[in-house]
Amino acid sequence: MELIGFLIFFPFIIALALAFVKNNVVRKAVTYISAVIVAGEAIAFAVNFLVSGKTVQYLYDTEVIDIIMLIGEIFMMIMIIVLSAKYKKLYVAALSVIQTAAIVWLEFSGYMKEYELHHIYADRLTVIMVLMIGVIGSMICIYAAGYMRDYHHHHKEFTDRRKFFFSMLFVFLGSMFGLVFSSNMIWIYFFWEITSVSSFLLIGYTRTEEAVNNSFRALWMNLLGGVGFAAAIIFSVIKLNIINLADLLTCESGTVIIPIMLLAFAGLTKSAQLPFSRWLMGAMVAPTPTSALLHSATMVKAGVYLLIRLAPGMRGTSAGMTVAIVGGFTFFVASIRAIIHSDGKKILAYSTVSNLGLITACAGVGTDETVWAGVFLMIFHSVSKSLLFQSVGAVENTIGSRDIEDMHGLIKRYPRLAIVITVGIAGMFLAPFGMLISKWAALKAFVDAHNAILVLLLAFGSATTMFYWTKWLLKILAWSEKTVKQKNMTSSGQWVSLIGHALIMVVLVFIYPLISKTFMQPMLNSLYGYEVNQVLQPTDMIIMAFMVIAIFVVPFVAYLISKHSKSVTTTAYMSGINRDNGRRFIDSFGQEKTTYLANWYLIDIFGPNKFLKPATLIAMAGLIIGMIITIGGAL
Amino acid sequence: MAEWTIRLISIASYLILAPLAGGLIAGLDRKITARMQGRKGPSILQPFYDLEKLFSKETLIVNKTQYVYIVCFFVTMMLTGGLFFGGFDILMVFLTLTTAAMFFVFAGASTNSPVATMGAQRELAQMLAYEPMILIVAVGIYIATGSFKISEVIFSDMPAIVKLPGIFIGFVAVLTIKFRKSPFDLSTSHHAHQELVMGVSTDMSGKMLGLVELTHWYENIILYGVVALFFVYNSLICIPVTIVGLLAVFLLEIFIDNICARVKASVMIKYAWGVTIVAGGINILVLEYFI
Amino acid sequence: MAKVSKSPWLMHYDASSCNGCDIEVLACLTPVYDIERFGIINTGDPKQADILLITGGVNTQNKAIVEQIYSQMPNPKVVVAVGICACTGGVFKECYNILGGVDQVIPVDIYVPGCAARPESIIDGVVKALDLLEKKNTEMKNKA
Repeated sequence: MELIGFLIFFPFIIALALAFVKNNVVRKAVTYISAVIVAGEAIAFAVNFLVSGKTVQYLYDTEVIDIIMLIGEIFMMIMIIVLSAKYKKLYVAALSVIQTAAIVWLEFSGYMKEYELHHIYADRLTVIMVLMIGVIGSMICIYAAGYMRDYHHHHKEFTDRRKFFFSMLFVFLGSMFGLVFSSNMIWIYFFWEITSVSSFLLIGYTRTEEAVNNSFRALWMNLLGGVGFAAAIIFSVIKLNIINLADLLTCESGTVIIPIMLLAFAGLTKSAQLPFSRWLMGAMVAPTPTSALLHSATMVKAGVYLLIRLAPGMRGTSAGMTVAIVGGFTFFVASIRAIIHSDGKKILAYSTVSNLGLITACAGVGTDETVWAGVFLMIFHSVSKSLLFQSVGAVENTIGSRDIEDMHGLIKRYPRLAIVITVGIAGMFLAPFGMLISKWAALKAFVDAHNAILVLLLAFGSATTMFYWTKWLLKILAWSEKTVKQKNMTSSGQWVSLIGHALIMVVLVFIYPLISKTFMQPMLNSLYGYEVNQVLQPTDMIIMAFMVIAIFVVPFVAYLISKHSKSVTTTAYMSGINRDNGRRFIDSFGQEKTTYLANWYLIDIFGPNKFLKPATLIAMAGLIIGMIITIGGAL
Repeated sequence: MAEWTIRLISIASYLILAPLAGGLIAGLDRKITARMQGRKGPSILQPFYDLEKLFSKETLIVNKTQYVYIVCFFVTMMLTGGLFFGGFDILMVFLTLTTAAMFFVFAGASTNSPVATMGAQRELAQMLAYEPMILIVAVGIYIATGSFKISEVIFSDMPAIVKLPGIFIGFVAVLTIKFRKSPFDLSTSHHAHQELVMGVSTDMSGKMLGLVELTHWYENIILYGVVALFFVYNSLICIPVTIVGLLAVFLLEIFIDNICARVKASVMIKYAWGVTIVAGGINILVLEYFI
Repeated sequence: MAKVSKSPWLMHYDASSCNGCDIEVLACLTPVYDIERFGIINTGDPKQADILLITGGVNTQNKAIVEQIYSQMPNPKVVVAVGICACTGGVFKECYNILGGVDQVIPVDIYVPGCAARPESIIDGVVKALDLLEKKNTEMKNKA
């Protein structure tokens, strides 16, 4: 219990402290120490949980906390009203007022009885989330300390508001912990709102016009989800007399699908599914640690976390169908969008949306197999994506560009950076890394669930996913003898985080059958209330063990073979006109010219904005129709 | 234990026999192509002579990593074939196959050569074109036979093609891309065909090129294995049927190769995806929702 | 045992020929003569070629190109100079830009004279090249 309270409150306290620290050195020290403490506590909690092996339920009498939360909500509402008045975006204020008023009304309306229920709840899914938030989130904080110094060094035009920035990072972590530990929907809603508001503040960090516009877009989309959340709470309290999220899943009433659908809607907005994916794209204007945090361990993961919690309730319902199709569609469309871009962060952003789409689809189908795949996707995605964002940030600070075209020959120029990026990308789509295994399991589960449309979307989506990642790898791995190694410019704090992530990635590849057996299967058993089948069969395990060994041994053996084979080094073939190894050539006037090799972005087929509008409209129509059918059918 | 013995024997015979069979198929291919064009054509053993020569020649490299990727390509392809002929999960086979193909792309692009880089990009576009269909084949076989495991698929009660005519057509259609035959030999091509010098394999020579040839033979055997999977079922009658099916596909691919001119990559992607959606998609939808 | 000569892949390069010899070379390579029955493949990639058929006297512009292409062919390799221009510079020998004969730039193994060289003599030259290829291969083996 103390551990849980500590995990939730400690980041808030640190945030408050950091808001008053002016000295950069002190701030860095505080950030490092508290990040280590948070990660340590998260691990301690997980170990403690595994040793005792029991789900945890706490806190019955919470009047004081409820009042504090109410005040917090009203405070956030006022803040949004003030800010949206300042930037003349009053529709955002309206959304905030609606939901806060609704929740406040509910508190005082008398519908709220004294529920003799736990407010804090922790099971295996919570532990996974806690580990993800605690470990990856705090590594991002450590990375941010070094990164923000370089950032302000490179971008003199922005006001240095690092005090505020680090404070917000910890607020974010605290509210994420709160979110995953709460079982009372009003509590979840409260933390949900904090993540919305703090992400809004983080996106608008630079205060440029673009940043402000994008931050308000993020805010209104998330607040729209919040309205759905509030509606779900009011409906379930008034009609079903339920305040606990877990009780929704066991409720017998036919109308329970309405709050589930509304909550899923909130989850879709937060996890940036179509038609709401634009806010996450806009969030790219913020400094890299923000993107890393929003895209990997927190924020968007809150959305899919909620969806996975609801998965058993969505299984086989029209709500689940809607969510699954929206997710699958997003997976496909976002991966196509990623093909045409060369901006590293944009590719990462689209890939996030795309992968979250897959997780959403898994949750929407809602069988035990898909939840297995979804949770694994979530774990691997957060590690890989955090690693990739941070390494792209490091590359940007080093070479002054985050365009993948400029990363040509990175393996030779900055080998260490190239290796961590390669590990991250391999983690995203190569066998036997986790994402691919999860995709494999998801595909099987979709077939078993007789969802042919999802199968098709997944087949096409994984082809396009493969395409944009390989393209990136090609750029990094291409080099000529003339490419020279350059001096490392990334600070050691950033390296701690980067190498930490890479190690976690590699370790996960080795131990995930173990995680599956000892952790995921019991989790599924408790989520579904019966003994579920093993997703990984023994033969699958053998193949995978073999492949894991192969992926590390094969390149090494290949290296040895190629090293000992006799060969003569020559220049690349270029019709006989190249000078010094293909980088330069002689043109028809006898002049030396430099070659420029660019990737192929298939713009003539996929781009630049061919699919965006229609896809958004289709997704919107699908979502609205799905919600109408679900809610109308239940009423 | 007996099961594993059979698996191991099967894998070992694949590793030993696939180069022989692959080379013979390539030789036959060239012979039949020549006859179709009214020529005598080379000896059926010509691919083996070529391979022998390539391995006896000097190897020129542009940089050291190039060779590493080729060896990875080779080993991963053998691994894929091992998984396939060992009777393991077909979806896993296809995912490993993609990884193998990726190493080939890396080998092309890592040299920093404009021609090979263009070839590598085209190879990637080819992967983009055929990948969905390949995954759908795995799904279709699972729906038709109730298992992803090849060791179980081959003992099903009915040949998969009965339920999967559309998927079979789609697979044969994208097979042309996989075999690097006209009209889809964009990234690199066989014997006398040329486009962009030798495309992705432009900067490969000597032993390295020999290894690439050998890998393609291993790959072709896997692909013919997948074709056979559509016909094999729990009966002895399936043996002649499978042979006829394989022959038909083999001849059809040569025929297409000889009557088609090369197309642009965007046409290829549209064609491959179109076939995938129409033939594969409709087949899956019918199976899932109507049967 | 004959190895290399069973699969000689050739490459044709025009080093400022008048195109007469090129037409004859290409005539030899057409399906009509079906050189593939000897395992010969016409490739455009020096890195995969064994025999370089080169026509025309080299000029100052493409001297570097001829050198580079030759250097990009793996050993063992044979160069066949096709036509009198490739052999000595021919009627263009005195031109300001002609170096006169391919052997001024790279080592030539077989000379096939003629203006234009007749297909029969080209084929004869290639057959001679095969023997030489085999010899060079053995030499390379012995050296290693």
